[in-house]
Amino acid sequence: MRARIRWAIYLLVFLSVLIPMLTGISFPVGRISESTQAVFDYIESLPEGSVVAISFDYGPSVIPDVQPIAKALIAHCFKRNLKVMGFALWPTGEPLGRRAFEEVAEKMGKVYGEDYVYFGYRAGYSTVMLQMGEDIRKVFEQDYRKTPTDRIPMMKHIRNYKDIDLLVDLAAGDSVETWIVYAYTKFGQKLAAGVTGVIVSQMYPYIQAGQLVGVIPAMRGGAEYEELIDYSKLLGEPGMAKTGMSIQSIVHLLLMILIAIGNLEFVMMRRRR
Amino acid sequence: MRQRIPLIICFICGLTMAVQFFIPHQYSQAVYSEAVNWLRVIGVFGFVIGFGTLINIHVRRVMRGGANAPYSLVLLLGLFGTIIAWLIDREKERFFDWIFYNVQMPLDSTIFSLLAFFIVSAAYRAFRARTLEATLLLVAAVLVMIGNIPITDVVWGWLAEKLGLKEGLPGEVKDWILAVPNMASRRAIYLGVGLGGVAQSLKIILGIERAHFGGGG
Amino acid sequence: MEAISMWVAAILTLCIYSFLYKDNPFYKFAEHLFVGVAMGYSAVLTFRDGFIPYVWKYLKAGIVGERISYAVVDLWRDTAEVFVLRQTEPERLLVILPTIIGLCFFARFIPRISWLVRYPIAFTLGLGTGIALPLGLQMNIYQQMYGTLSPFGMISKLSPFQIFNAVLMLVGVVCTLTYFFFSAEHRGGIRWVSRIGVIFLMIGFGSAFGNTVMGRVSLLIGRMFFLRDWVNEVIREVSAIFG
Repeated sequence: MRARIRWAIYLLVFLSVLIPMLTGISFPVGRISESTQAVFDYIESLPEGSVVAISFDYGPSVIPDVQPIAKALIAHCFKRNLKVMGFALWPTGEPLGRRAFEEVAEKMGKVYGEDYVYFGYRAGYSTVMLQMGEDIRKVFEQDYRKTPTDRIPMMKHIRNYKDIDLLVDLAAGDSVETWIVYAYTKFGQKLAAGVTGVIVSQMYPYIQAGQLVGVIPAMRGGAEYEELIDYSKLLGEPGMAKTGMSIQSIVHLLLMILIAIGNLEFVMMRRRR
Repeated sequence: MRQRIPLIICFICGLTMAVQFFIPHQYSQAVYSEAVNWLRVIGVFGFVIGFGTLINIHVRRVMRGGANAPYSLVLLLGLFGTIIAWLIDREKERFFDWIFYNVQMPLDSTIFSLLAFFIVSAAYRAFRARTLEATLLLVAAVLVMIGNIPITDVVWGWLAEKLGLKEGLPGEVKDWILAVPNMASRRAIYLGVGLGGVAQSLKIILGIERAHFGGGG
Repeated sequence: MEAISMWVAAILTLCIYSFLYKDNPFYKFAEHLFVGVAMGYSAVLTFRDGFIPYVWKYLKAGIVGERISYAVVDLWRDTAEVFVLRQTEPERLLVILPTIIGLCFFARFIPRISWLVRYPIAFTLGLGTGIALPLGLQMNIYQQMYGTLSPFGMISKLSPFQIFNAVLMLVGVVCTLTYFFFSAEHRGGIRWVSRIGVIFLMIGFGSAFGNTVMGRVSLLIGRMFFLRDWVNEVIREVSAIFG
């Protein structure tokens, strides 16, 4: 009996994703979270030519949560003519960052080496963060295409954190905390984050204490960011997070109904006793 | 002796680095710089512990035979297959990339997506308002979920228009829960973690905590 | 090739989903394959983007006497005409020392000398904790305390609701900390204070659950989009065959 209830719930979850996906249901994103707005506003306030660094510290397991944030963020920087440098401190983040840059840059006609640069993965985690504060070339002596960093025009004036106006950590684990310790606390680097749903709640003390400029919270944050930059117009494709959030609505409703039923059963059982 | 020297090394390294933080001199900076260099070089080799242990366990399982041996063989083939895929095309890394995008990526994301089914099933069975604390947990969770989904804005927008309610209220409530009560509890945890971390670090540097050096010797 | 790739990914996806029925050989196969491939991938990247740039390049340059491609932009002359050779040969060879210490990790697999593994651990832990100690103190204690108390420094500029939030935050932090304070028995006043702390903790955990649901469901949505594309591909292939 228990197994049957479980399978019935699995089937309902499956259908609650499948049906809205096939019918193409779509809701407007609605209110923008304060933390997402803060990141957007900060990037908007940067003058043209400023440098934004993005660290891809996640893996394939959280692509729908974080990859839309990555693409929207890169698109926003490109739209504002900012210079973007990317790298990964998680091995699995390396191809995902590369793909995000390639897809957005191609659609927005940005030039590699002049508008953006991607360094790929570097082992060492916190030591990479520390050495970036001294000299970026100590850890990124060449990009992912094996071009020496000094031969990349965009990198001419970028030496360490002092030349990076904002560093955004796209995270699925504890990397935000590590960035705060080694980049913000030690070098005063301005930080923002785009994180998975699981760790969103943990970020708020850092925002309030001024250690983070803001946080883009998971798929919801991705959808908000896509809305803020008018992603579909900018890239000519629908935003993955916005589409996903409409489906999320149905699954969330199902979950809340199930919780209500579970509690009703509980109340009735208690009364019977 | 086998334990004492590492303890002394740990003490000297820890103390030097902690003191260095407060001395903004170029020599102190040079020591720090070299220490970080050493840390990253040594760290690269740390990988062999996990890598070696995994191979060790699964090679033994394959040798021993039994029901799980074929799966261990699959694991080893996957592991060495990926390495060989990189070795045979190191320049363009075509096979290596193919494995990442078509084997690792779908497996990784699908395994974690199973949790969507489990979380819904678990919420139905266990999310009960049994006590005041459990009720608060449930209410906070539901309010955050309501604030997260876009359909709320559509429904609330309609209600707000009909009944003259404040627009965007569910989203504001969610933001408030996260930014005030949630933040206060997290902050207390961080303060505790911070104090615990300092105590633990001092115990490591002073050699009071030795568990990481293991027994024997 | 693209079709084959899609089929491989789809079959593996379905193998994993078969676990929803019950544990079975297809799931076990996919699960073990995942662990193996993930470990192989990490091994390659640690070698390619860790060992080669941090160790091998320096050793090679030190021994062969070759110029290191790592160079620094001459900031004073503001030019990309680079190659200010920063390291002399003995300095480059200094990498041998941490390399030897790092190699001691291999001793873990040789029982007779397994104690040697304590040396790299001693260096890593010592240097790591030494660097992290003052920074952690600043990040988790000073900054968090500052965040809690700073609104009271500008209380005259705050709205009544902001003042309420600031007070609530302070109460929440103190009460939750009291809950974790085990040096005094939780009786009388302390019991009530720590009970308020539990309320804050529950709200915190509840909000974390609410966001976790969103995170987990988004992963499922991602896979369903992939399966939809795959089914479309299958339909396209079938209709191409049968016209």
